[in-house]
Amino acid sequence: MWQHVLTIFIASALINNFVFTRYLGLCIFFGVTKRMETAIGMSFTFTAVMLVEAVLNWVIFNYVMIPYNLEFLKIVIFIGTVAAFVQAADTIMKKVAPALYYKLGIYLALIVTNCVILAVPLINADEKYSLFESIAMAVGSGLGFSLALIIMASIREKLELAEVPKSFKGLPISFVLTGLIALAFLGFSGMITL
Amino acid sequence: MYEQLTGLLANIFSQAIHLIGNNLVPLIEGTGAAEATGTVPVTTVYTTLIVLGVLGVVFGIALAIVASKFVVKVDPKVEQVRETLPGANCGACGFAGCMGYAEAVVGNPDVAVNMCAPGKAPVAEKIAVITGKKAEKVDPKIARVFCQGGRSKSQRKFVYTGVMDCTAAVLAAGGDKSCEFGCLGYGTCMRACPFDAIRMSADNLPIINPEKCTACGKCVAACPKQVIELGLASKAVVISCHSKDKGVDVKKKCQVGCIACGICVRTCPVDAIKIDNNLARIDHSKCITCGLCVKKCPTSAIRDYLTPRPKAYIDPAKCAGIDACAKVCPVNAISGDIRALHVVDQAKCIGCGMCAPRCGKKAITMVPAGETAAHGKAAQKEMASV
Repeated sequence: MWQHVLTIFIASALINNFVFTRYLGLCIFFGVTKRMETAIGMSFTFTAVMLVEAVLNWVIFNYVMIPYNLEFLKIVIFIGTVAAFVQAADTIMKKVAPALYYKLGIYLALIVTNCVILAVPLINADEKYSLFESIAMAVGSGLGFSLALIIMASIREKLELAEVPKSFKGLPISFVLTGLIALAFLGFSGMITL
Repeated sequence: MYEQLTGLLANIFSQAIHLIGNNLVPLIEGTGAAEATGTVPVTTVYTTLIVLGVLGVVFGIALAIVASKFVVKVDPKVEQVRETLPGANCGACGFAGCMGYAEAVVGNPDVAVNMCAPGKAPVAEKIAVITGKKAEKVDPKIARVFCQGGRSKSQRKFVYTGVMDCTAAVLAAGGDKSCEFGCLGYGTCMRACPFDAIRMSADNLPIINPEKCTACGKCVAACPKQVIELGLASKAVVISCHSKDKGVDVKKKCQVGCIACGICVRTCPVDAIKIDNNLARIDHSKCITCGLCVKKCPTSAIRDYLTPRPKAYIDPAKCAGIDACAKVCPVNAISGDIRALHVVDQAKCIGCGMCAPRCGKKAITMVPAGETAAHGKAAQKEMASV
């Protein structure tokens, strides 16, 4: 049982990394990785939102949706829960940590419709994970996403100094780099099969 | 009327639910979502509506509580300032867009009100009124072209027949101009200017319209030769050349290039000019825009944007004949015996303005060009009233 939880954790962080293996959440990935500071801030926010989200959605899914046969509504309800929670987090952050709030800016609101945030509860529901497995999935995915953000931010900060052909400057070279890192992450594939 | 309307609404609602019950449910059934239960009874539709409604209400209440507990008061001044700003989000102020500047100028007492380049003085005044800060005088910037070697005055290495654009021309061995620091003259800056402030002269050099230029810096970024720089509009004397070639080479390539002869360095009364890397540069913090260097430069590489220059005029009623002005005049335009009335030779005066601060009696005024000594008095009165 605990072994399975650990497996899910490692698998979601590395082998099924959301950015490099499933190609999800690229909007935020390219948006906040221009600077390490925002990347780290986003990593924390993202992982925290993901964790709370997974727990909330697990409770709603298992104690509201399954008893009333409403599984077909999971996309609608999960998005609703995410939107409500992120809006609350947004308001709280503006009060508690205004500096971080202004740094993350538009991306905090974008978490609402981020596909990684939505994918985690959907996968949890499809795989019928238990509460701990769901939490492992959420934290693992969050850490995997953070890893992706930090790798990319450190490369892109160096990239500022590199001589890139004009037509490749900015986003294009970032996409090329993401492809290369994805190739490297491909090396993990098949290590754990779920 | 009211009863009719509510009756109609109730009718529509009941029919809508009926429709959902009859049509939508088989649809859901067909998508396979209801595989687990086999058939979806009409009650599922009602539970769906109820569950979604309850969730909505719960989230709504939770958000309302959070919003009231963690309320942040936003300074209404920020919004006022943002409305005053041009909204171009050009970034000339150094902040991330107009909103960034609005927040900074309201929140931070050290941020000046005059940083909006496109807005200039009127916007600065309005922001000063809103924020209660002192409106400092805006010293506007302007784009300056650092090349005077037009087609007729410079040499070409080869005949360029490609795309008539500087960024394209520069790809062909750095452009067809023999001077690698000069303006190529294909008008990339003119096309980059969002304010229509740049025109190409007959000699293929950009001419900046000081009325229209907002110093946004788009032309500076567009020029592949970095010929255009932003400078203070008040510092109107500029060495219009970027050539770091040796003097001999400059002479071969261009008639109006800086040959680093050093005459301007020796001429400058305030030591504002230095020669660095075969190119004379003016330290604009020291420059008094007297224009002496402009007259002395053997290749006319120094450009005077202050045209026409004002002329010195001595008020006969105030002049005590101290002779200090005559001594400081670099062109010997002032004559007169000691303790007698001094006169400025308007033909010789170059309008450098160096005599005016020397006069202990404040008898010398700089009269705008076009006004002769005869009109000087009237002009002086006008200036005094201003």
